[in-house]
Amino acid sequence: MAIQERRIIYKHVDEPGYTADIDCYMRHGGYEVLKQALQAKPEDLCKEVFDSGLTGRGGAGFPTGMKWKFLDRKSGKPIYLVCNADESEPGTFKDRQIIYQDPHQLIEGMAISAYAIQAKQAFIYIRGEFINGARILENAIEEARAKGFIGEDIGGSGYSCDIVVHRGAGAYICGEETGLIESLEGKRGYPRIKPPYFPAVLGLYQCPTIVNNVETLAQVKHIIQMGGTEFAKIGVKGDTGTHIFGVSGHVQKPGYYEVEAGSATFGELLYDLCGGPLPGRKFKALIPGGSSTKILRFGERFTGKHPNTGEPFDWGVEDIPLDAISLRACGTFLGTGGAIVMDDSTDMMEAIANLMAFYGHESCGQCTPCREGSLWLNKMTTRMCSGRARTEDVDLMKNIADQIEGRTICAHGEAVAWPTQSHYNKFKDEYLDKIARQGDGRGRYNPNGYPLI
Amino acid sequence: MSDNGQTKMVPINIDGKDFEVPEGMNLVDACESVGVEVPHYCYHTHLSVSGNCRMCLVEMGTPMRDRATGEPIMDDETGKQKIGWMPKPAIACASKAAPGVHIKTQSELTKSCREGVMEFLLANHPLDCPICDQAGECRLQEFATDYGRGFSRYVEEKNVKPKRTVLGPRVTLDNERCILCSRCVRFCAEIDKNPVLGFTERGSHSTLTCYPGTQLDSNYSLNTVDICPVGALTSTDFRFKMRVWFLKPTKSICTESSAGVNTEVWSREGKLYRVTPRRNDEVNDSWMTDSGRMLYKMVESEARMQRFRIDGQVCTLGNAVLRARELIQLGPVAYVASGHLSVEEQAMLRKLVEKEPGSVTFVGHTKEGDGRLITNDRTPNVRGGLVTGLIKELPVAELDKLRRQLESGEIKTVVCYGEDLTKAGIPSELLKKANLVYLGTHRNATSDVARVLLPTLTVFEKTGTFINQQFRLQKFYQAVPGPAGLMPDVYILDALLAECAGGAPCRPTLEQIWQDLAAKVDILAEVKFNKIPETGLLLDGSAYAGLPFCEGSGWHFEPQRELAATSKF
Repeated sequence: MAIQERRIIYKHVDEPGYTADIDCYMRHGGYEVLKQALQAKPEDLCKEVFDSGLTGRGGAGFPTGMKWKFLDRKSGKPIYLVCNADESEPGTFKDRQIIYQDPHQLIEGMAISAYAIQAKQAFIYIRGEFINGARILENAIEEARAKGFIGEDIGGSGYSCDIVVHRGAGAYICGEETGLIESLEGKRGYPRIKPPYFPAVLGLYQCPTIVNNVETLAQVKHIIQMGGTEFAKIGVKGDTGTHIFGVSGHVQKPGYYEVEAGSATFGELLYDLCGGPLPGRKFKALIPGGSSTKILRFGERFTGKHPNTGEPFDWGVEDIPLDAISLRACGTFLGTGGAIVMDDSTDMMEAIANLMAFYGHESCGQCTPCREGSLWLNKMTTRMCSGRARTEDVDLMKNIADQIEGRTICAHGEAVAWPTQSHYNKFKDEYLDKIARQGDGRGRYNPNGYPLI
Repeated sequence: MSDNGQTKMVPINIDGKDFEVPEGMNLVDACESVGVEVPHYCYHTHLSVSGNCRMCLVEMGTPMRDRATGEPIMDDETGKQKIGWMPKPAIACASKAAPGVHIKTQSELTKSCREGVMEFLLANHPLDCPICDQAGECRLQEFATDYGRGFSRYVEEKNVKPKRTVLGPRVTLDNERCILCSRCVRFCAEIDKNPVLGFTERGSHSTLTCYPGTQLDSNYSLNTVDICPVGALTSTDFRFKMRVWFLKPTKSICTESSAGVNTEVWSREGKLYRVTPRRNDEVNDSWMTDSGRMLYKMVESEARMQRFRIDGQVCTLGNAVLRARELIQLGPVAYVASGHLSVEEQAMLRKLVEKEPGSVTFVGHTKEGDGRLITNDRTPNVRGGLVTGLIKELPVAELDKLRRQLESGEIKTVVCYGEDLTKAGIPSELLKKANLVYLGTHRNATSDVARVLLPTLTVFEKTGTFINQQFRLQKFYQAVPGPAGLMPDVYILDALLAECAGGAPCRPTLEQIWQDLAAKVDILAEVKFNKIPETGLLLDGSAYAGLPFCEGSGWHFEPQRELAATSKF
């Protein structure tokens, strides 16, 4: 089976002649779905999304319809919709294309979603570095407002909702749902404790709030267009729709590829779409979905019973199907689909040091395990790479990660712990080998020829 | 709380044992109420929950129910409802006591969580306990003993931060010691309503600071030092003065105003070092003012009176009391006192007044309060004067009547207890002509012209009771001995009384005075001095509800009646 891209979200991305303005969007049938949606009852739209089985595309993969069901509608407080455009997970660059090349798709998806959940006001929280993205979105919102697709009395339906673009200030943690809400409120981006601050009950300004990823909201448009049950036929059970894989690293053709969930394998993605490894190199490791997901090592075997089919499987990394269910069965996550590929020139100790430098820098500093643990791991891995590694550091690294995992306020703790734990499990030998070589005086072990950090 | 004001008790299970705790109580407090300690840093009963220290992580579970039917799922082996344990540990401080909650505070996972958090907290901590003021009362030290490793696995360089940041006139910050629990930040925002503190920088480099252009200068700033679980926030006054394990805490009451703030007075070898608030949820929660903490400085003031004197000449107590009796009996006499006297002193003074009758006036000390823990009435015990029957009317600011009586010669002798009459409208020339018997702690313009001086003790040097604005009877204890040769006020009053009555001084104990009071005063009939709880005893003040007290509303106090239109505040 040859791998086929199936572009739903990215239908017009990189299409020659396609521009980000509303006229171009409407020439391609834009805002028709919104008009159609406004005829329906909001609860029916919510049901469509629930039936579609859409899972969140921001990394955690929580069912979107379920999230919407949790909304506290009894409190009488206004409901807010927040679009999480703080795409800052290393290796992830999928939302960026939507924002830059097809912003109206997002705005239409947001308008539909806002109507479905009866939101009073919608926000787009965009990462500070996307300066042009924010400008493009603001421009697109102006255009949509002029045509009456957002703002007062949308499409004559009597429903009003406006969208405000809010730029972040460059903190990774503000991509975390509750950290984002705090930041949007104008406070320091400290994630909130859950319980009691579940966004669907006590979110923005202590009102019920839905925070969805850019791609998720864009998918909503297509769900309403084709109907929830129809959408559910795309992909596999438990992971419907398409996934955008942003492949980066040591492949011939890095880039973004939209593929139907479960329709192909990682091998096909990496060899057929991405053109395989660089000349003379071999794949060594794969981070499947953004840097916080657990790393996979080429050559290891994954066995077990597939939760969907119940059939036993025995896969190498190349054989893993591109869907969240199969990846979870292999002990890792699909995350954001931002796959980072490393070939045999990569020094894994440098790689983990690079990741830890990021997570140590980005820990917000609110809760103890993440604050102290991530900086400790950062200092330690940097030292290890500078030729002063001790054998006991390898076990210590794992131990520190274990002390962080599951004990923090937000998932940043896991984002620090998972890469470390999986690196330890899969590349411990390489670490120990490198440390032994340093100890022998055989000099610095660096197959790459230059340091990564 | 249920409708009838009674807190509903719910069953919870801690480490396999069943307990009953009030519903909705924070689990950290609930555990503490049944004697199980859940270590914590960031949680504080009187502040909002922030859940950032992660020290109170415990295993938590709730009784399982069938999702479809809602029927309880039973465990066949035990015959009890099955417990659904959460996959991850949860923070106890963010959970409330609900029926059937199960927690494990001693399990392997819980212990490993605590050990992990301890190691992380100490990773970048300077470990300068030998020079740290908090040493001895430091939560970090305490829990490091319980859950610390004993050695460090951290070989990296520690973060370096400033060691002596001045946050305000009374608070100095050691940034390195800070564990970023945010108690102080929450205190300033939620209790003091003066949000000047916040964190800057990120991750482990985070540090506490004031917002630009502000400083921690509120009159409640030192509470941040009290609630700081480590030695990061230090009192500039107490910093580097004394190791806390040498200090002896004595329960006391702040005399700053009629709020009756519960305090602890810390002393060593007869010297006072600091005053901290003592928790009383009905009066001051866990807080007190900075100004109240500084009152201990009056003990060693230069103006302190140390000797009995007659006409400026040092004499013995016997001679001073003899001379005072002569002046009183020369009469006619008037008595001036105030709410600074303890209930016992007021009771003794009343006995003296009964023996040698004369008018009794309280000098009022009113000044606008802050609507929190400083009331408009700056004396602690005006209500004691009413309850003991010493006065019938509220204190006055100006002693116009007494001045006229002195001018006309109607009054010849004045017994003044601790008040500066020159500030109450009686010129010192007039006082010089009168026979003035002065009892008090410090010199002032009035004591300078007194014929007989009887030095007394400060609140830190004696034991007694005050009745605060809520009519709450609260005890204070002697923390340090008074100056050599001086004795408790009640003994001096007793000696004076004995001299006037022609008997021998009996030196009544406080219990005896209270027996006497119980017999005389209806609302004190049931009160025994030794049985007064440490959190105070609320008396029935309804008999005095008609009086125009000057206190406005404050923390835990609402005035009984509309403030009188004539009241100054």
